[in-house]
Amino acid sequence: MKLRKLPLRLFFLLLGHATIAAEQPAPQSIILASTTSVENSGLLAHILPAFTKETGITVHVLAQGTGQALQTAARDDADLVLVHDPEAEQKFIAAGDGIDRQQIAWNDFIAVGPRAEPAHIAGTHDAVAALKLIASAQAPFVSRGDKSGTDALEHRLWHAAEIDPAKAGGGSWYRDIGGGMGAALNAAQAMNAYTISDRGSWLSFANKGDLTVLVEGDPLLLNRYDVILLNPTKHLVPKQALAEQFAQWLVSAEGQTAIGAYKVQGEQLFHPSAAAPK
Amino acid sequence: MGDVWAALGTVEFEHIVGLSLTVSFCATAIAAVVGLPCGAALAICRFPGRRLLVLLANAFLGLPPVVVGLALYLMLSRSGPLGALALLFTPSAMVIAQALLAAPIITALAHRAIEEPWQEYGGALRVDGATRLRSIRMLLAIARRSVVTAVLADFGRTISEVGAVLIVGGNIAGYTRIMTTAIVLKTSEGELGLALGFGLVLIGISIAVSTSAFVLWERR
Repeated sequence: MKLRKLPLRLFFLLLGHATIAAEQPAPQSIILASTTSVENSGLLAHILPAFTKETGITVHVLAQGTGQALQTAARDDADLVLVHDPEAEQKFIAAGDGIDRQQIAWNDFIAVGPRAEPAHIAGTHDAVAALKLIASAQAPFVSRGDKSGTDALEHRLWHAAEIDPAKAGGGSWYRDIGGGMGAALNAAQAMNAYTISDRGSWLSFANKGDLTVLVEGDPLLLNRYDVILLNPTKHLVPKQALAEQFAQWLVSAEGQTAIGAYKVQGEQLFHPSAAAPK
Repeated sequence: MGDVWAALGTVEFEHIVGLSLTVSFCATAIAAVVGLPCGAALAICRFPGRRLLVLLANAFLGLPPVVVGLALYLMLSRSGPLGALALLFTPSAMVIAQALLAAPIITALAHRAIEEPWQEYGGALRVDGATRLRSIRMLLAIARRSVVTAVLADFGRTISEVGAVLIVGGNIAGYTRIMTTAIVLKTSEGELGLALGFGLVLIGISIAVSTSAFVLWERR
């Protein structure tokens, strides 16, 4: 008897767990497809509790690259996006997938690399010239290679420098890792390589090692974050009202103040810009 | 190390550990409920296509989690065939992915475990007039040690898996984040100490669950 009962008891125990796992999200929840730079930098964790407290809406955040986030939304698997690649965003809107793009904040991209750096780009303010120097020195350079906003910016810069890095250094100094910002910074740190990062990810990255900021202040390195809603004529948008509410909160005085108040090691990561888009 | 201890005490971490265990338990249970009878049936029943099914169960032992995750993602996506269920990026989706990965393992191992006792006692059971259902139960009881090992192996696979759950769960903070996806995240944030701390906890929990299940079973 004993032998027969134990599996039965175990089964019911596990069934109990199963009901917990089958627990659906709170009725008031939306999925935000976003980029690693706003999630991993801690910005969303900092500002979301205030929004949830005020509205009762839980925001589930997917931290993906911009390319993947837009894809996720295009497949109807997210309710809105918060991304940072103007060109990809325009395509998304032109394809009829997105509407109501609003800029919520900006910061900048930076080129980072080892302190003892072979291409001598430290302290300069011209990103395109810096990439040319890196290429001619054949110095190790880590590329995200993941169609994220940062990856797109990097490729725009190479294009401006009239260099095809994969052709010039693929398999040798140009290392396309196909990973997120954190993975790229980890790789650059380990390989004494250069890479391009957004400011937020860089400041909150904890394994900097010998890496340091080398190039900043080029207008080309401007990094804008936009929130985009899904176009109801093409998508199901079951939670459009909630998504709209969140987008409106982000550009409201309250949301903007919360974004501006977020600091890592005393430094402001994101500059609110809904009132005066950059 | 202070950071690690501080992080391990938080509510968020408790949720991560709890969800890891819940997802693994559920997936293992589903895989066992489906896989054990299937494996046993493959061992004692004779029907056309049986050998092919045995071959498939064994071939699927090495099912790549990332591919299973991707396929399930496409199925569960709102624009996919099962989109209406709204399961993508929920713990349920993670359980389904894990169960899909675990079921072939338990089926193949159960088949292997039952084959031998069936050859030994099959004749006697048939003489006794035992139905196939009763035979399956008897044989699973006889082979229970191997069966427990199979279930524990399944649990080990599910709790340590990361590729599939990352794709269908989305690693959403406080909702679908589990131990393995948290380790990936912490590594990408450069918080290597914290990632390693999480890793040690995962190993500890995995060992503790397996050992206690094993000891409990042996002492029965």
